Amino acid sequence: MSSIWLRLEHLLGKVQKPARYIGCEDGARAPDHAPHKVAWLLAYPDTYEIGLPNQGLQILYEILNERPDAVAERTYAPWTDLEEILRAEGLPLFSVDTHRPAGDFDVLAFNLSAELTYTNVLNMVDLAGIPVRVADRAPGDAVIGAGGHCTFNPEPLADFLDFVVLGDGEEAVGEVTEAIAGWKDAGKPDRRSLHLALAQVEGVYVPALYEPTFDGPRMTGIAPVDPRVPVTVEKRTIADLGAWPYPKRQLVPLTEVVHDRLNVEVFRGCTRGCRFCQAGMITRPVRERPAEQVKQMVADGIRRTGYDEVALTSLSTADMSGIEDIVQSTVGCGDNISVSLPSLRVDAFTVNIAADIQSARRTGLTFAPEAGTWRMRQVINKLITEDDLYAAVDAAYSQGWRRMKLYFLTGLPTETDEDTLGIATLARNVVEIGRRYHKHPSVKVSVGGFVPKPFTPFQWFGQNTQEELFRKVNLLRDELRKDRQVQLTWHDSRASVAEGIASRGDRRIGRVIEQVWRNGGTFQEWSEHFDLGLWTDALAANGLSLEDVVYRHREEDEVLPWDHLSAGLHKDFLWQDWRDALDELGLEDCRWTPCYDCGACTGYSIEHVVASATPPAGGSQGTGQRVVVRSGAG
Amino acid sequence: MTAIRVRFTKLGKVRFTSHRDVARIFERALRKAAIDVAYTEGFSPRPKIAFGLALSTGHESLAEYLDIALPESRDVDATEVPGRLSPALPAGIDVAAAAPVQPGDASLQESVTSCTWRIELRDTRLEAADRLVTTALAADELMLTRIRKGKEVTDDLRPAVLSLAIDDFADAGPHVALLAELATQPRGLRPNELLQVLDPEVEAGSVLRIAQWVARDGAKVEPLVPREDSSVVRDHPQHLALARRRSPAVA
Repeated sequence: MSSIWLRLEHLLGKVQKPARYIGCEDGARAPDHAPHKVAWLLAYPDTYEIGLPNQGLQILYEILNERPDAVAERTYAPWTDLEEILRAEGLPLFSVDTHRPAGDFDVLAFNLSAELTYTNVLNMVDLAGIPVRVADRAPGDAVIGAGGHCTFNPEPLADFLDFVVLGDGEEAVGEVTEAIAGWKDAGKPDRRSLHLALAQVEGVYVPALYEPTFDGPRMTGIAPVDPRVPVTVEKRTIADLGAWPYPKRQLVPLTEVVHDRLNVEVFRGCTRGCRFCQAGMITRPVRERPAEQVKQMVADGIRRTGYDEVALTSLSTADMSGIEDIVQSTVGCGDNISVSLPSLRVDAFTVNIAADIQSARRTGLTFAPEAGTWRMRQVINKLITEDDLYAAVDAAYSQGWRRMKLYFLTGLPTETDEDTLGIATLARNVVEIGRRYHKHPSVKVSVGGFVPKPFTPFQWFGQNTQEELFRKVNLLRDELRKDRQVQLTWHDSRASVAEGIASRGDRRIGRVIEQVWRNGGTFQEWSEHFDLGLWTDALAANGLSLEDVVYRHREEDEVLPWDHLSAGLHKDFLWQDWRDALDELGLEDCRWTPCYDCGACTGYSIEHVVASATPPAGGSQGTGQRVVVRSGAG
Repeated sequence: MTAIRVRFTKLGKVRFTSHRDVARIFERALRKAAIDVAYTEGFSPRPKIAFGLALSTGHESLAEYLDIALPESRDVDATEVPGRLSPALPAGIDVAAAAPVQPGDASLQESVTSCTWRIELRDTRLEAADRLVTTALAADELMLTRIRKGKEVTDDLRPAVLSLAIDDFADAGPHVALLAELATQPRGLRPNELLQVLDPEVEAGSVLRIAQWVARDGAKVEPLVPREDSSVVRDHPQHLALARRRSPAVA
């Protein structure tokens, strides 16, 4: 086992952004490999700039390297220029820490955060010199695993992954290490024994041990092929975020990456209940980090990294108990420290927090009303009224912000043209409010195409066709053509279609992904490489259709490809929430109101960890509005 | 005193970082080392630091320079700066010396007149390299067409080649290497351009900037005013051995 650095070094002079491949980050560990240790190569299936900041991988990197029985390094997808050189020179995928060949590790574990990276997973496994299909792997080949939000429907990658971890990885990663260590000690006998050992770990799904059945085009079930394997795999949830103050030494890259700042996770999980949001559904319940620990992590992090920007991360950071105090403490950590709160809630309270923190850099503020009309927002359970938005925007303009960015989705269930055009009306009204304070206020409107996700109330919804999404975007473009102060950007509707194929596809989509990859379809997240034709050709070649896989409404009693997996949520809860959505009925945030038994707490005997017993200013949706909602049972 | 000038290295894996990356690395290092720096005004204040000639991504250097502006009426002991900054920098970037910038000193960008380079030639025999050097030095002109600001420009590079020789250092490694002093003014000559005019077939291996030179009072000196009381050279055994042979300024 040795480094390929000396063979790689002069080749790096020939590629774009070679600093992607050198490692050397502050916080990187000097890995201490030993035969008795399980060697993990943690992989992100996109470029270094996108993958390095991934907090999940950074957390696991530290936890594994602290264990006496494990060692972990990292790798990212080499850009096409380096891939070409590697293949020409016969060099494999390598770790950035010590430039060891990927095939020399015991485990290659991917973070799956976006469906369009799936073809890169296959490409990286292939570049590692490992057969892409589980069925073709010899006992000595590295074990291929995955974690991250996309694994809640792992079926499209079932043919390629030895194991999948559902939910929080902090505890599971150690148990997986032990299972692999046992198999390694036994001399890596047949792969089936490895699979059986992994399947005993709670939260671990081993696709090869389950077999789906079909009746014509319809999936009729999926069941274990071995009695020792659980019928349903439950996700893992850590009960107390405070017990896991990771990353302790966030990696500081030498070259620029996305989210290039100190990131401190203030809570995990979200119960606002936005019905389109998979992250909010699968990460329940809310688990706040103790405020004192947040402050300590911020203070230590600033001192150690030299960053002058701190992001307090979560799915809705303004909901954190005592957020004002945490923000004040963060700002006080040094001169010129700026704080960013990703996922701002839309209300004046939130703007006031933002005002506290951005005394120096008050340039732009982003809100996500998600839909253009109140009716539509009731359907998606994003219970912000127009008045909430206008009050927030007014507060922001009056306190010196000049640029507003508004995020919306189109292609939502029950959406009419009136709802779509409501986006234009909101944007124009925001411009009008801005005119009271500035001569030329600028409003950026970003519109994404909605892709239904597993384990959400919208999992039964037939995705809008590519033509329909395209038509809606054009409707908005026409409407806003003369509004020069509103800048409209939109997501490519063709990419939404490909995302839809992988999002809710069953095991048959594996052949589609493999074919897209074999035909050169890597880096599908990148517009310059994305090619919908590769996907539709591959679907057709495998006897599948967009209509059936993406556009079709699912039936209530239909078997879904992820029915043998569980995020804790009861399927009848999700179905009821889907019916409520169609009835335009909102649902309260259960962190401050009685439980309605979605299953995420009760199923695992855990609870919300929320320091404040009362909701933030203005009610359980934080908006100060009286809205019709379905209350909890208790 | 209003600014401190430091000399630093860029060696090993970090050579693949860009000029912009290095600027950001220093911004973080200054904050980590708690060195008070003057900040720019405006919406997005940045530390006031100024680099000299950009080093191409992938080239190494023993002699990069950086001016750090200090806040009004703040006195920083220059001799402390290398010891405080180096631990805050990644492996391969080491601050070797620091000195106050004298009032009236020209900016780094303006004042550097030439650089000394060590340029490895891949897959080239010593005799062939020797011929290249002899031919180049004997030539009246060395014409090369380059793209400058989107336009093709053909000019004579011979005046910019101030010295050229084979590096005869015994432990230099497996590749034959050139030592070249190349002018930076009026028009700079880059190591890769030199190779292109010598022999377009020859591929550069590792390229190392050994020194940068400024003209002061008719003499050629390094940009960091060499005064015993304020200049500090820290010990880098493996590189200093190399540096000491090449550059009298790194003594």
